[in-house]
Amino acid sequence: MSGNGENMKSGRLDVRKTYKMLIGGAFVRSESGRALDVNAPGGKWLGHVCRASRKDFRNAVVAARKAASGWSNTTPYLKGQILYRAAEMLEGRATTFREVLQSIGLSPAAAKTEVTQAIDLLVYYAGWADKYLQVFGSVNPVSSPYFNFSVTEPMGVVAYVAGEKRPLLDLVSGIAPIVAGGNTVITLSTGRAAVAAMELGEVLATSDFPHGVINLLCGLREELVGQMATHMDVNALVTQGADAKESAASREACALNLKRFFPREANGKGDEDPYRILDTVEIKTTWHPVGG
Amino acid sequence: MSSSLAVSTNLNLQAHPVDEVGIRERVARLATRSIKKASKVEGLKLALSMVDLTTLEGADTPGKVRQLCTKAIHLHSGRKDLPMVAAVCVYPTMVRIAREALQGTPIQVAAVATAFPSGMNPLAVKLEDTRYAVAEGAHEIDMVISRGDFLRGDYGRVANEIEQVKEACGKAHLKVILETGELGTLDRVRLASDIAMQSGADFIKTSTGKIQPAATPEVVLVMLQAISDFYRKTGKRIGMKPAGGIANAKAALNLLIMVREVLGPAWLTPSLFRIGASKLPNDMLMQLEKERTGVYQGLDYFSND
Repeated sequence: MSGNGENMKSGRLDVRKTYKMLIGGAFVRSESGRALDVNAPGGKWLGHVCRASRKDFRNAVVAARKAASGWSNTTPYLKGQILYRAAEMLEGRATTFREVLQSIGLSPAAAKTEVTQAIDLLVYYAGWADKYLQVFGSVNPVSSPYFNFSVTEPMGVVAYVAGEKRPLLDLVSGIAPIVAGGNTVITLSTGRAAVAAMELGEVLATSDFPHGVINLLCGLREELVGQMATHMDVNALVTQGADAKESAASREACALNLKRFFPREANGKGDEDPYRILDTVEIKTTWHPVGG
Repeated sequence: MSSSLAVSTNLNLQAHPVDEVGIRERVARLATRSIKKASKVEGLKLALSMVDLTTLEGADTPGKVRQLCTKAIHLHSGRKDLPMVAAVCVYPTMVRIAREALQGTPIQVAAVATAFPSGMNPLAVKLEDTRYAVAEGAHEIDMVISRGDFLRGDYGRVANEIEQVKEACGKAHLKVILETGELGTLDRVRLASDIAMQSGADFIKTSTGKIQPAATPEVVLVMLQAISDFYRKTGKRIGMKPAGGIANAKAALNLLIMVREVLGPAWLTPSLFRIGASKLPNDMLMQLEKERTGVYQGLDYFSND
């Protein structure tokens, strides 16, 4: 976002980036035209990011719903391949991401660790994409002439609110298990983490995810979490680092359409955990007559 | 053939060149109107009462048609404040089933006829198609014009067909589908509208729903202007039916705005304005439920048809 000293000397104009959200595969500004300031921890102004409106969120829900059936029917193997490609894309841009993370206040060492972990996490869930079904599904013994088996199915559209502490990792650790499970996702990143999120949009947009599978918003938590919880076309809400008040309100609002609600601590524990996938899939059990 | 000549001499085909840029600008301006809250609820209910709920698939079955008729009567369970739709639109062989399912309601049964959707059959077959649908009990006939004849410039033949189909309709109302997506220019849309109205159409309708683009706002505006001019010249009120590709509540409200602006409030009634659609009602219902409950809705909670 900031200017380049060399350009100043050579007289060339800076080509500065406008950080945009990702909705339905398109890089967009907020329909409201609003923006938020992003400051470094010391208070230094870094630039602007979009401030998503409730309408932006609803547009993202429409995009995510449209993509849901296609993505859930994509073979698990291909889902893994696409997640792995996201890791490849991020690896190729690791230097940029380290610079971005440093610009929003991470130390060089912390930035390096975070980028590496984010890449590894994508690879981790890429591996699980075609394996969790065997682990969480089962053939159940029943005392009648039936095959009885339980299989996982994606919940559908999931909203995810990322924490700010680990700007890149908090987002990736939420997205990866949700999409590995065959869901489509709308994420909200806030504060300085929004910069890393919008940068990540460029990685995800070139990873072969069909449009609408991953939608990235940035804005204000207090403005959007309520909408995420009440929207009847959202099947699950996962939040990170919510305070008690927000969690209580979300839990109550999610009851409207029996939406699953998973508040997570923002402590980075359990990033690598196949049970994260289980949170946003359903188990369906089927009876089938033997020989039928 | 003699009647064909007779008709063509009756046609008064004055050129009405359409200002395409002007139409686009007016459409864009009208689309910026915002209707909220109570007016939105009223607008949506009015629009629902104007819907021709349509199923025109090769895969239609009596069960599917009955299901559609049930939806036409009860748009959404648990809401008694909703109107019924204006009509159900089906293929001729489904007319009898729809009539039975809608018995005792004011809902009309419309049938597409005249070798819908292409119209590529001899006139005798088209007339038989029409008579069959009327005999089965259709209140309204949606016919297609012969786009091939129209594009060749054989306007007399097009007009003659409409006249004869109108005659075959008897008491049934006649809607004439121009299939604007195949006409190419707004000038031709205007010309086809004029021919249809002069040949006895009760309604003019944009599209079959089988061709894209269908009921674009530009096309609708041109047709509304043609209706307005025809009314001023003859004192006859012709109805308008956009159909095809009207997918959401906002588009439906925009249509009402256009009708109100071009033709005035007299046309804001199901007897003069219809919207042909199959998926649209659910989106309007979602908006109405949003206004009632305050939360945005998902299709999981509406009938799947």
